[in-house]
Amino acid sequence: MSTEASNHSTQTHISDEPSLVLDSVSCERGERLLVQCLSMSLAAGQGVRIEGPNGSGKTTLLRVLAGLSQQYSGAVRWCGEDIRQARSVLAADTLYIGHLAGVKALLTPLENLAWWVSLHIPSLDPLSKESLLNALTQVSLQRFANTPCHQLSAGQQRRIALARLYLSQHRLWILDEPFTAIDTDGVALLEQRIAEHLAQGNMAIITTHQAMQIEGFSSYCLDKVEQKEGGDQ
Amino acid sequence: MNGGKPNTDIGIFAAFNALLLRDLRVYFRSRGTWLNPLVFVLMVITLFTLGIGPDPSALSTHASGIIWVVALLGIMLSLDALFRADFDDGSLEQLLLSPQPLYLAVLAKVLAHWVITGLPIVLASPLYSLMLGIPANAIAFLALGLLLGSGILSFIGAIGASLTVSLRSGGLLIALLTLPLYVPVIIFGSQFVQSAIEGWPLMPTLSMLLGLLIGAIVLAPIAIIGGLRLSQDS
Repeated sequence: MSTEASNHSTQTHISDEPSLVLDSVSCERGERLLVQCLSMSLAAGQGVRIEGPNGSGKTTLLRVLAGLSQQYSGAVRWCGEDIRQARSVLAADTLYIGHLAGVKALLTPLENLAWWVSLHIPSLDPLSKESLLNALTQVSLQRFANTPCHQLSAGQQRRIALARLYLSQHRLWILDEPFTAIDTDGVALLEQRIAEHLAQGNMAIITTHQAMQIEGFSSYCLDKVEQKEGGDQ
Repeated sequence: MNGGKPNTDIGIFAAFNALLLRDLRVYFRSRGTWLNPLVFVLMVITLFTLGIGPDPSALSTHASGIIWVVALLGIMLSLDALFRADFDDGSLEQLLLSPQPLYLAVLAKVLAHWVITGLPIVLASPLYSLMLGIPANAIAFLALGLLLGSGILSFIGAIGASLTVSLRSGGLLIALLTLPLYVPVIIFGSQFVQSAIEGWPLMPTLSMLLGLLIGAIVLAPIAIIGGLRLSQDS
């Protein structure tokens, strides 16, 4: 439907300095235009918190940035390369945790981390349980390491997904409502981990309705785009 | 960057193994799933024997066709589950965002699914061969044909499963999408069994089945990956 803007990129220089650039990105879901002509850039050590009312397109935008959704116009560049072309580069550098935890209910937390690690962190040996157990300890799940996940609570299942943050060496974190179902102590620990991540010169994009006190974070508010009559522009 | 580069070659197969192992674990822990297609096949074949009647010659004339159609339906009915759970719990997102080659990941998933659906049907084939009066010397060939054929059916069916995974009820649509593609498998598969029963040369149909299997293994994952990526946009 809207692909007119897809061929005006790739001319930009490719730099080693990690950076995420959004160039007049518009996304739609179904017939609704959610994000309109959004431009922003993110450099090493910076984070951005995407705010906005329910239905304003936060998740849609994050799925575009992670490379999951192609339903957008404009360009997203990771380290100077358009992510439509450099999908694997983006994938190697990005950790995405969405609304769905990506946790198999029939497996144990340890098994869930093991398959995820072999897909996403090839440099880490998934069979060395030590690092996985360490990550589970960080989210206080060490006692449940071998309990099937369907016996755990919603918050605990969420924590399994968040344990990936303690294994990750990815340069860009894209977290969609990471604090959902997490208790206050847990939120404080996560904020600390995110601050650590930024201090190491990495980047983070987070949507949340909670206030965050992390240095280096800016906020961006997505407003509801006025509904257009007819749909076509 | 902690020197992740040297390990990537190992990482590719580690990812394949991890996914295969994960899916097999999940399947075996949800006990019903792997038994369902097999029980379905056995029950439908029992119905055929009851419907056609006890005349052995009438049964064995149609036996190869019956077995192939029933095996096809059994595998097809199980296909909806192939990507459904992954789609619902978000692990499909994590799979698609992995820097590892998706081709191998998809191979691992289809292989795991075949192990719990196609393989039991192959292993039980002597049992329902006897029920339908297939001569003893043809049973091994029937099993061989089903071994190759069920693999083709799984790969082709997985294309339909990937295209319908984002729909709430994709069951019948999978059938409409994949049944036309199953035609060559049915033709050569039942011809292979018929050849074994009648003592005709086996190589022509066997090489067709092998060719179809190789083609499906090489080409189907490309279509499956496309279907899975599409599912994330809906």
